[in-house]
Amino acid sequence: MRLMDWLDERLAIRQLIKVMLTEYYVPKNINFLWSFGVLVMLVFAILVVSGIFLLMYYKPDSHLAFDSVNKTIMMDVEYGWLFRHTHAVGASIMFLVLFIHMARGIYYGSFKPPREIVWITGYILFVLMSATAFTGYLLPWGQMSYWAAQTITTLFEKIPFIGPDLVVWIRGNYIVEDATLTRFFALHVVFLPLLLIVFTAIHLYAVRIPGSNNEDGIELTKEEKKHGKGVPFWPVFMAKEFFVMSVFLIFFFYLVFYQYKFAMDPINFTPADYLQTPTHIYPEWYFLAFYEVLRGFFFSQNLGLIAFVLSMFIAAFLPWLDTSPIKSAKHRPIYKILFWIFIADFVFLTILGKLPPTGLYAWLGFFGSLVFFAFFLTLPILSKIEKKKVAGGR
Amino acid sequence: MADEKVSRRDFLLYAMGAWAAVGVGGVLYAMYKTWEPLPEVKAQATVSFDLSTVEPGQIKVVSWRGKPVFVLRRTPDMVQCPDRSVKGEYTVVLGICTHLGCIPNWEADKKIWHCPCHGGEYDACGKNIFGPPPRPLDVPPFKIEGTTIVLGEEGNEYKQMKEKGLTV
Repeated sequence: MRLMDWLDERLAIRQLIKVMLTEYYVPKNINFLWSFGVLVMLVFAILVVSGIFLLMYYKPDSHLAFDSVNKTIMMDVEYGWLFRHTHAVGASIMFLVLFIHMARGIYYGSFKPPREIVWITGYILFVLMSATAFTGYLLPWGQMSYWAAQTITTLFEKIPFIGPDLVVWIRGNYIVEDATLTRFFALHVVFLPLLLIVFTAIHLYAVRIPGSNNEDGIELTKEEKKHGKGVPFWPVFMAKEFFVMSVFLIFFFYLVFYQYKFAMDPINFTPADYLQTPTHIYPEWYFLAFYEVLRGFFFSQNLGLIAFVLSMFIAAFLPWLDTSPIKSAKHRPIYKILFWIFIADFVFLTILGKLPPTGLYAWLGFFGSLVFFAFFLTLPILSKIEKKKVAGGR
Repeated sequence: MADEKVSRRDFLLYAMGAWAAVGVGGVLYAMYKTWEPLPEVKAQATVSFDLSTVEPGQIKVVSWRGKPVFVLRRTPDMVQCPDRSVKGEYTVVLGICTHLGCIPNWEADKKIWHCPCHGGEYDACGKNIFGPPPRPLDVPPFKIEGTTIVLGEEGNEYKQMKEKGLTV
């Protein structure tokens, strides 16, 4: 313990450990869904490590990128395939874990006071993770990578006045080209991960002030948690987390070794060709719902774009849309129904996003998009009703 | 005066703030310029193409600034469009869907361009006839020299079309 004393004198490390781990009490009445925060951290660590190994052979050059991934890493480098599959599956699973983590927050009202900062930093992390996934997707320089980047950067063209110039500026060329690849590489490898780490630190710090929410949504004092109604994050809560992580890793590496193809679009094994668009282009599964909202308003391009941007960001405003004094859906029967309709609608939009946008599908996409927004827009009304109920001494 | 001392300190703070703002502005400007296309990209020369090499009913694709330009020599059974033709029976349009930037494919049997991404359709004049595209395919800047078309330069024919609002 000499080292500990030495560090403690210089860094007050014991105090830090107390605040962050041993005297941070987690309520006992939480279920396994609260484990997904730790799982996000785990997947992030896997992505960083596998990413660093890919980085050692990847060449950020439009002439070399495709072969450096599909030849050097996949065929020549020993276990290169393992790192690539781990990274690709990890990126996909990150969104599954994030969606569950966020849905748990929505269900149990974890975005409500005093946890608005936790919710907002979390939402910023989601947006940053989306940007990281998008910039990373271009790097293998396959057909799908290329056309995903081409279409998404074209979206900026619709910004009034500066749009067309802005697109050329973002790409560094009139089309997606080498300049785009190298800057996306820099963003994906350094800038965005750095921001992710910073916001993760703020997110974890912010949750330690009010503490974790719980299933009942009734706040426990620190004293209550300390004496019987809670457990310390370290080592007690983490002991359970190691079990959850183990189970998760079995599932994760099952995907890496046996089902990695779901994260690898076959079209992406054709090198990028700027004169030929693939027959169908669609994003990775985790963006399909938002993509379907973009297509849902098929009769008006501008409306579709506005809806798309709104769908990506509207959930960030949940603390101000849902002002009901009751936190957990456990005690909110109507909210519970709305929540499950919303989740079903999200899954429905995800499925539709992969189907061709014609005829009946176009109309289903339109109504699905309306239901998506309806969830958020009914919350202020529901809040009012519930406020009256609570005030009336239910 | 005490007040004067405070205001002098304020002045220094403002001066420092202003100087810092100049520095930040300079850095942001440098960052902005860094992402501009490189001179070699900007200076990409204009492209010349001999229209007479295209057979009736045939489409040739010319690469201009990395973008595909479709050159179609229309046959009499296709829709006609004197106002959108660069010369006689030639349709010259930027082969980029005006919806989200995909490249439409020519469907020879229907004589239309069909965009694979969101199902937009354009006729032989490049006019949008179905789907989400908000406007016809763009006509790139061009100049006619005999049977040769120069892409990237604004000739008289292009300027006339531009005035009528037919190019975008």
